[in-house]
Amino acid sequence: MKNNVITSVKNACAVGEAKFLNYSNHRRPKPLIRKNGELVEASLDKAIQKSAEILAGASYPILYGWSCTSCEAIRVGLELAEEIGGIIDNTSTICHGPSVLSIQDVGMASCTLGQLRHRADLIIYWGSNPWSAHPRHIDRYTAFSKGRFQPSAWRGYLSRLSATLTKKRLLRATSLILRRKISVPPEVDRSPSYALARKERKMIVVDVRRTRSAELADYFLRVEPNKDYELLQALRMLIRDEELDVDEVAGVPISVLEEIADVMVGCELGVLFFGVGLTMSQGKLRNVDAALSLVRDINQRTKFLIMPMRGHFNVTGADTVFTWQTGFPYAVDFSHGYPRYNPGETSVIDILCRGEADAGLIVASDPVAHFPREAVQNLVNNPLIVIDPHVSATSLTADVVIPSAFVGIETEGTAYRMDHVPLPLKKVVEPPEGCLPDTVILQRILHEVRKLKKREGEGN
Amino acid sequence: MPKLKVSLLTGRTISQGQGKEYGKLSEEYWRSVAVCEIDPEDMKRLEIKEGNNVKLTTGFGSAVVRAVKSSRGPHPGVVFIPYGPWANLLVNPRTHGTGMPSLKGLSAEIEPAPGEQVLSLEDLMKKHYKRE
Repeated sequence: MKNNVITSVKNACAVGEAKFLNYSNHRRPKPLIRKNGELVEASLDKAIQKSAEILAGASYPILYGWSCTSCEAIRVGLELAEEIGGIIDNTSTICHGPSVLSIQDVGMASCTLGQLRHRADLIIYWGSNPWSAHPRHIDRYTAFSKGRFQPSAWRGYLSRLSATLTKKRLLRATSLILRRKISVPPEVDRSPSYALARKERKMIVVDVRRTRSAELADYFLRVEPNKDYELLQALRMLIRDEELDVDEVAGVPISVLEEIADVMVGCELGVLFFGVGLTMSQGKLRNVDAALSLVRDINQRTKFLIMPMRGHFNVTGADTVFTWQTGFPYAVDFSHGYPRYNPGETSVIDILCRGEADAGLIVASDPVAHFPREAVQNLVNNPLIVIDPHVSATSLTADVVIPSAFVGIETEGTAYRMDHVPLPLKKVVEPPEGCLPDTVILQRILHEVRKLKKREGEGN
Repeated sequence: MPKLKVSLLTGRTISQGQGKEYGKLSEEYWRSVAVCEIDPEDMKRLEIKEGNNVKLTTGFGSAVVRAVKSSRGPHPGVVFIPYGPWANLLVNPRTHGTGMPSLKGLSAEIEPAPGEQVLSLEDLMKKHYKRE
């Protein structure tokens, strides 16, 4: 820290470091309002007044985002949604929404990350790439962390890496000596029994492509795209000692699956982390159903847990606050005056694709960069309000832009970790002049909306 | 011109994660997101080199992005684009009643696009959403 500027960051992952060092780039600290097709600077009061007018005048507005702001702001957002009879949805809807649906159907055996750090001896990442999406997950909580009852698997990985390098160097040397190119047989994955024979904690990655996480793993299982469901069900059968009449499932030979099933049953405490590889490909919630059921089945034989790999820093918090305020975790519709929940109908992508919404309020999210094109088109055709610290694709297309302070950098708040542990976030630096926290901006919009409604009521 | 039928995956990469923190209008974001990771064998079949532009087409739209050699191979027949506005032009918005669009495992066609430019974020907004 130097003069209210962050100069270096310690202990953060690559994404976290980029966040703390670049939070002040690409920002416009002044509110903007669109006039004659162009965004022009306006005062904060005017921007808030304009937002309130748009929201109070709309019959079916969408309130979307929420996963990158504090629980306190989300709570005000829910109050606003109820007041204007809108639909409120968070980013779970295009992330782990299907997982939530399955968890409601099947139930989930889960725990906190601390338990896994100290006790888990088998770690499976399915359809998730923690090296890229959760860069510190592996070394803080799973395979490479040093637990009280489980040593880190870091050394095993290093020795494996140096063995591979030596092999490569030897090959290169031989080809130089013999002065011709040696054709190397294509790298065949070792059999699981060899790779997973060690007593230390083990890591298996199941994915459609060999991700960076897969390279860190003791064993990598490649599944054909859209075939996760078959593979999970096949494993369930093997764990229940049932016979399979085929030679391979989803591109994986049965003999390999049998060995994996043995390792699963043979562990002391296993955990399956699943990512959006399951929820975004064919089968969606049914894939997660199969994963949850697989874990339930293994629990007949040993102790096994499961956890979704949540993305945004407070997406778990958004689900939690939505649930304790309305009874439902996402896609909540207030148009009837009471909360209603029916993903597929009241979820934001479906509403946008059907063209039903007539206004939008986006808080701390960038749907224009992350929604399919058809949904984006309907979003930008209607009046759009954006509350976000960044300039984003969404704020470029908005009608009202209100810059806010970064939660966890410029203002404090509460966020939930992916294992539902609430963490207080600290304020590190002062926000730019005029930038208020999301909570305050939303409270002021809510206040204005109530004033407008009251006036309208008196007018009638 | 050679064309290939492929399975399109979208997903997160570490540079996309960093790029979005640098800012959505930054060069870093564009460099990390407007790309398509292709298997080296498929690149040979398409007669393209790293850095050439390719055009992808699905039943839902098309986009021009830069081709990058995939280091995660071999995965012939599978291409990867990180999440972002470019990938969104291609994905399936249907949710099958779950609220969740289908963002992975889409069938797509890929072809070299030597004469076409990869749009910047601002140009993409203008062209496809008629804003700013």
